[in-house]
Amino acid sequence: MSKQINLKLKVWRQGKGEEGRFETYEANNIDCDASFLEMLDVVNDELTIKGVEPIAFEHDCREGICGCCGALVGGKTHGSHDRTTLCQLHMRHFKDGEELVIEPFRADAFPVLKDLIVDRSGLDEIITEGGYVAVKTGNAPEASSTPIKKEFAEAAMDAAECIGCGACVAACPNGSAMLFTSAKVSQYALLPQGHPERTKRVKAMVAKMDELGFGNCSNEYECAVACPKGIDVKNIARLNREFIKANLSKS
Amino acid sequence: MNLDAKIPDGPMAEKWTKHQFNVKLVNPANRRKYNIIVVGSGLAGASAAATLSEQGYNVDCFTYSDSPRRAHSIAAQGGINAAKNYPGDGDSIHRLFYDTVKGGDFRSREANVHRLAECSNLIIDHCVAQGIPFAREYGGYLANRSFGGAQVSRTFYARGQTGQQLLIGAYGALCKEIKSGGVKMYTRCEVIDVVIIDGQARGIISRNLVTGELTRHVADAVVLATGGYGNVFFLSTNAMNCNATAAWRAYKKGAAFANPCYTQIHPTCIPVHGEYQSKLTLMSESLRNDGRIWVPKEKAVAEKIRKGELSANDVAEEDRDYYLERKYPSFGNLAPRDISSRSAKEACDDGRGISSTGLGVFLDFRDAIERLGKDVIEARYGNLFEMYNRITDEDPYTTPMMIYPAVHYTMGGLWVDYNLMTSVPGLYALGECNFSDHGANRLGASALMQGLADGYFVLPNTINDYLASSKFEKFDTNHAAFVEAETAAKDKLDKLLAINGKRTVDDFHKELGQVMWEKCGMARNEQGLKEALEKIPKIREEFWKDLNVPGSADDLNQALEKANRVADFMEFAELMVKDALDRSESCGGHFREESQTDEGEAQRIDEEFCYVAAWEFQGLDKEPVLHKEPLEFEEVKLTQRSYK
Repeated sequence: MSKQINLKLKVWRQGKGEEGRFETYEANNIDCDASFLEMLDVVNDELTIKGVEPIAFEHDCREGICGCCGALVGGKTHGSHDRTTLCQLHMRHFKDGEELVIEPFRADAFPVLKDLIVDRSGLDEIITEGGYVAVKTGNAPEASSTPIKKEFAEAAMDAAECIGCGACVAACPNGSAMLFTSAKVSQYALLPQGHPERTKRVKAMVAKMDELGFGNCSNEYECAVACPKGIDVKNIARLNREFIKANLSKS
Repeated sequence: MNLDAKIPDGPMAEKWTKHQFNVKLVNPANRRKYNIIVVGSGLAGASAAATLSEQGYNVDCFTYSDSPRRAHSIAAQGGINAAKNYPGDGDSIHRLFYDTVKGGDFRSREANVHRLAECSNLIIDHCVAQGIPFAREYGGYLANRSFGGAQVSRTFYARGQTGQQLLIGAYGALCKEIKSGGVKMYTRCEVIDVVIIDGQARGIISRNLVTGELTRHVADAVVLATGGYGNVFFLSTNAMNCNATAAWRAYKKGAAFANPCYTQIHPTCIPVHGEYQSKLTLMSESLRNDGRIWVPKEKAVAEKIRKGELSANDVAEEDRDYYLERKYPSFGNLAPRDISSRSAKEACDDGRGISSTGLGVFLDFRDAIERLGKDVIEARYGNLFEMYNRITDEDPYTTPMMIYPAVHYTMGGLWVDYNLMTSVPGLYALGECNFSDHGANRLGASALMQGLADGYFVLPNTINDYLASSKFEKFDTNHAAFVEAETAAKDKLDKLLAINGKRTVDDFHKELGQVMWEKCGMARNEQGLKEALEKIPKIREEFWKDLNVPGSADDLNQALEKANRVADFMEFAELMVKDALDRSESCGGHFREESQTDEGEAQRIDEEFCYVAAWEFQGLDKEPVLHKEPLEFEEVKLTQRSYK
């Protein structure tokens, strides 16, 4: 049996049409090997038995890959800046008796739906504008017909690791989605398959980002610190180059 | 019930090509007049929705997640198989077909598996064209690695995130079609019933998970790509929200459910550590390429390790039992999943388990690090080691990993014919949701292959035949069948909210899961299964008497969503146990203790059980009817599997 701790939680509660407020709950006898979300499960079970509606929070895979979870814990997205998602943050990183302030991701483009759940559909809308290679099933040539330099394939993979959790937006003082958008633009700028649409892609994705109320990038780099997958700000530089080139070209 | 598998005639290698020519087609200009509902946006659902839309059909795609990119296909780590034979090690479509039939312990349909192997190469072509950053060699060509149950390297991968990359590829294809207007995407919408009119699947009832609103959707065909039912065990490697609701409700509306007892227990997961635990985490099977699995030879040594008096590194080489290498020298640590899992259980049952609970074995990289260097191991498995370290707070570079089997995948599912149509006309099932390709045991890196084969290449072809040859009455959502289905769904939700008891959904789910794991898990016997059949209805009865679901139905209410899913698991569990009881042979992931060889290996009984068990619903208080689809093997000779 590993160590157990007691915590005090100040949790943001916000229902339909409500302003939202902090409520205080006790989280007692929490096993240090439990994950942050398992700690919330324990608190929710107790609330349910008391007849209080459990804290709504988004989660699914609990392996750090689906990108569902995320909340500000003590002001940090995913509760830590140690390249982790909230579901992979374990309670051994907290001290007995600590008070934790838990809030939803805060950004203009992420309205709160309930408690810790926000609407991140804007990220899907950005991808829908061109975050893919427009190849139809059946079009593809033999897979080995185009060799790709290993370093480009690796760099594309580095960018493609983004899980779309939105921590970068929540961490940015401007609520910008530059890191998210640039990761996708980079992946396809680095691979030959992405080149036919690169001009159109970057213009359309950036335009959509602006239209949806995501802020501008002012090179604060908070996004890269917050990113659970370590997406590099070099991707933002690459997006800027792509964007400038796209606007200089006629097509 | 007519269970005609509709397998095309002719030689095995020509069936699919011939069939593609023989299916009736819908004229391109007419396709926009057809509406197809796709439920689920994982690999199978997203790829099917995108491809159907590319062909010109109107597609409505539903997911309970906030985005199609969240589906649990994303968590697949290791890779995707294809018969490209790039390493030149003797692979071929026939070998992939052969390995999959054998790996499935001769309980899959040969024709389906052959088609899967044929599609495997097209998938890699397509995914590379989509810009998926597969691992490459320095020469720029695609890299491969090996996986369990095969003696060739045919697995393509993108670090330890192959599922993520393939899903994002399919999600991109889906977004492209959303942009083109061919697909209308319904996020945060859970499908809670299938509507059948005049014997055809004609629509669904969905619940908007934000507003709680129930809506009716009409279609000419309904495609379920809703994944497996592993969460019936509560603890599994599935995502928390994975559920069997759509498939189960389809079963209750007349779709046969096939081989529900076939579940895959994955050998390499992080062991259970506490009561509060909500899910289990898989460590990719690819780790078995370089990790060696062992327990101490002596119980006394294992006990010292369990008590923390001795560390793994203190155990001398001659005191270690590398049991897979010892028992299966030709496959060693890469023996198929069912065999590896069972061997771990045997070692622990023997008192030689090494984690504090006694349920764990070592996966040791010491020798690989010595041989190849830490850098090579880090390049291969760095992200997995990091994940392990995060969860357990231990460093696998210096201390062996502790692993134990966990529920991972379900080979059973809705019965489908060669066209992937269930026994209800117009209702299709793809990916893990159907039963067809993996028999009684799935080989590693084959789930991604099947999901994408079904979605990109099979269904978009076969569905034409049904659409072109069926008549579709016109009606709207006021049809009595829709009203009835919506009313029933609403009543069920209201009933869940009205119980007002004392126990949470998770509490009941854990109780059910415990029974399933103990009695219908890695090893099963008649007595245990009969006990489960007595216990499950009692838990279900308690559930409906003492459940507590706070909140209301017209709001975002996660407890209610969960309760609605667990209510279905409470019913489904019983069918699963019945199937396990009925199949008194051992095969693949289904190990019946009564049926083993003298050496303790699984004993298949082909004379009695060489069939697909397809169950037909008769009403909750009545026994389901078992239909048997005989399995015939033309190409791969029925033999007792041997990995020795």
